[in-house]
Amino acid sequence: MTATASPVATSTVLSMEGISKRFGAVQALEDIELDVRAGEVLALVGDNGAGKSTLVKAIAGVYTPDDGVMTFDGRTVRVTTPVEAQRLGIATVFQDLALCDNLDVVANLFLGRELHKGRSLDEVEMERASWELLRQLSAKIPSVRIPVASLSGGQRQTVAIARSLLGEPKVVMLDEPTAALGVAQTAEVLNLVERLRERGLAVILISHNMADVMAVADRVAVLRLGRNNGIFNVAETTAQDIIAAITGATTNAVSERAARRTEQEGQP
Amino acid sequence: MTTSNPDSTPPPEPDPAVGRDSTGTIEEQRSGRPADRQDERLIASHGIRGAVSGFTGRLRSGDLGSLPVVLGLIIIWGVFQSLNSSFLSSRNLVNLTLQSASVGTIAIGVVLVLLLGEIDLSVGSVSGLAAAVLAVTLLNLHWPVVLAVLSALAIGVVIGAFYGGLFNRFGVPSFVITLSGLLGFLGLQLFVLGDEGTLNVPFDSAIVTFAQQTFLSPAVAYLVVGLAVAAYVLSRLRTSSARAAADLSTTPITTIMVRAASLAVLLAVPVAVLNRDRGVSVMFLFFIGLVVIMDLALRRTSWGRAVFAVGGNVEAARRAGINVKRIYLSVFVLCSTFAALGGILAAGRLAAVNQSSGGTDTNLNAIAAAVIGGTSLFGGRGSAYSALLGILVIQSISSGLSLLSLDSSIRYMVTGAVLLLAVTIDSLSRRSRAAHGRA
Repeated sequence: MTATASPVATSTVLSMEGISKRFGAVQALEDIELDVRAGEVLALVGDNGAGKSTLVKAIAGVYTPDDGVMTFDGRTVRVTTPVEAQRLGIATVFQDLALCDNLDVVANLFLGRELHKGRSLDEVEMERASWELLRQLSAKIPSVRIPVASLSGGQRQTVAIARSLLGEPKVVMLDEPTAALGVAQTAEVLNLVERLRERGLAVILISHNMADVMAVADRVAVLRLGRNNGIFNVAETTAQDIIAAITGATTNAVSERAARRTEQEGQP
Repeated sequence: MTTSNPDSTPPPEPDPAVGRDSTGTIEEQRSGRPADRQDERLIASHGIRGAVSGFTGRLRSGDLGSLPVVLGLIIIWGVFQSLNSSFLSSRNLVNLTLQSASVGTIAIGVVLVLLLGEIDLSVGSVSGLAAAVLAVTLLNLHWPVVLAVLSALAIGVVIGAFYGGLFNRFGVPSFVITLSGLLGFLGLQLFVLGDEGTLNVPFDSAIVTFAQQTFLSPAVAYLVVGLAVAAYVLSRLRTSSARAAADLSTTPITTIMVRAASLAVLLAVPVAVLNRDRGVSVMFLFFIGLVVIMDLALRRTSWGRAVFAVGGNVEAARRAGINVKRIYLSVFVLCSTFAALGGILAAGRLAAVNQSSGGTDTNLNAIAAAVIGGTSLFGGRGSAYSALLGILVIQSISSGLSLLSLDSSIRYMVTGAVLLLAVTIDSLSRRSRAAHGRA
């Protein structure tokens, strides 16, 4: 597999080989292989039940795979808890964002890794660092001292992504970051994803939205029924091919619909 | 539609062309502002007027804080004073402080479990058991006071660890665990007390002297007030200078001074009133000290932040790397230990331990105090000070009704009504906060 799509992409940060996970009688993941490179956006796509979430959770340390080898930065690692994954440098922004609504933006950003001055919290330094980080991401948050509950969907997503960056990660996983967002907010989040790539991070983007995937991803990994079903360079492929890989057929509901529409447009 | 009149006032929104022309000046103005005040959508609030408008805005959106309980306290005091002029007498208020300390201490622990969205129904039984252990070790086994107190506190620690272990290991709801504890530890209390039933702690015992007869001299009391105000001003000034150094907005020095003056009046007036009788009870000061320490621990430490996070969203806290089980364990241990400490103070205050120590209304009053004081039953919202405010409300009602020589039947009904009111306010303000985006 040669990647030419992203000039920044250099070394493989995270690679997985033969990852399998079984839940009772269900084989959720089987023999998954995946390479993630620094400075690259890798989109992970697949239909519902294809195993995307399971794979993300396996990488994030929420589930432990039954089988397979995970290599991070050239070392074989075994991640059994989310904390271990974070320590390694794998940050995950889950779909539900996992923010505490009752805490303000600063408290949420630094949750679990507060800065201290002596024995007490260094609120001033945390607030300063929050502003610095949010500015770097060109994030539009009016105040960092308001409860997260009062922020809009896009702002909450921004806070969640900004928080994942505080641990200086090498890999950032975004689970459906644009799922609940409007047009402008989606564009903002996609800009944010590009800024993460510019910082030299490896980004794994899970999305159902082919337009988003084609817009920001360098490579697309397709999962189908818990197995690898192709890896595509976005520059050399079409949404059509990817959808075919997702659904497992060249003729599928999506392509039939598209064909029907071109036919109808051609008729009058 | 007519064409626009050249004399008409310009539209409220700035003309984009004008904005482009004057970009430089806008940028300059912005960069002159502190880092946290640069977003143009922020509603500017300056000085005392800004503080007042910010306060009313918060109230309207349902962020009531401790306002309902302070208002309630004023109303209760006004009503009782008008019915019986000796209610606000120094003598009665000193008694009020003495009565508040023990149950108030228990309520601090209840505030902590409520912040996690859990409950401890057994605080009364645990306090009774601790009192029984204290009395038996002190009187029957003739242990020194310090050892007796420590063993009573240790009972609290062990019970809390037991609750936390059950909760973490098996996921049994805290409601059920502590309901079993309510019955089980009441039984253990009766077992520890044995056949005797009542144990009288001698009046010259250190614990009784501490709880009944030790008062600050007026000078020392005012010194404590002065130190508290000075500590407040110093910490605010230090925060302000640190914020200025970090290019963040600061509280104007006049605002700090106004607040410090209000605090001084708020502390000095009660001290003056109490000094006309016996003075400020050391036990009450001890209770206030515990409240202040827990408040600082909740607001200024990672542990406190974690408690609020777990109460707000357990899953988010877990994913942020917080050891959620340790937080639950620490809070259950603290709650039971505060309950034991409250039991010890009550034993000292009454100079006796019997089978009804920590029984009947201790439990309910401690839980009601935490809720009436403004700590949400839904978790993640509240303050250590609600233990202080809540217990003052409850003891005021109790003291006022007994001054009117009303039956305890009335007292229960009134306290129940106030509790219901407090919980209703909590639910309503929660709904309003959700509507106004304050969670």
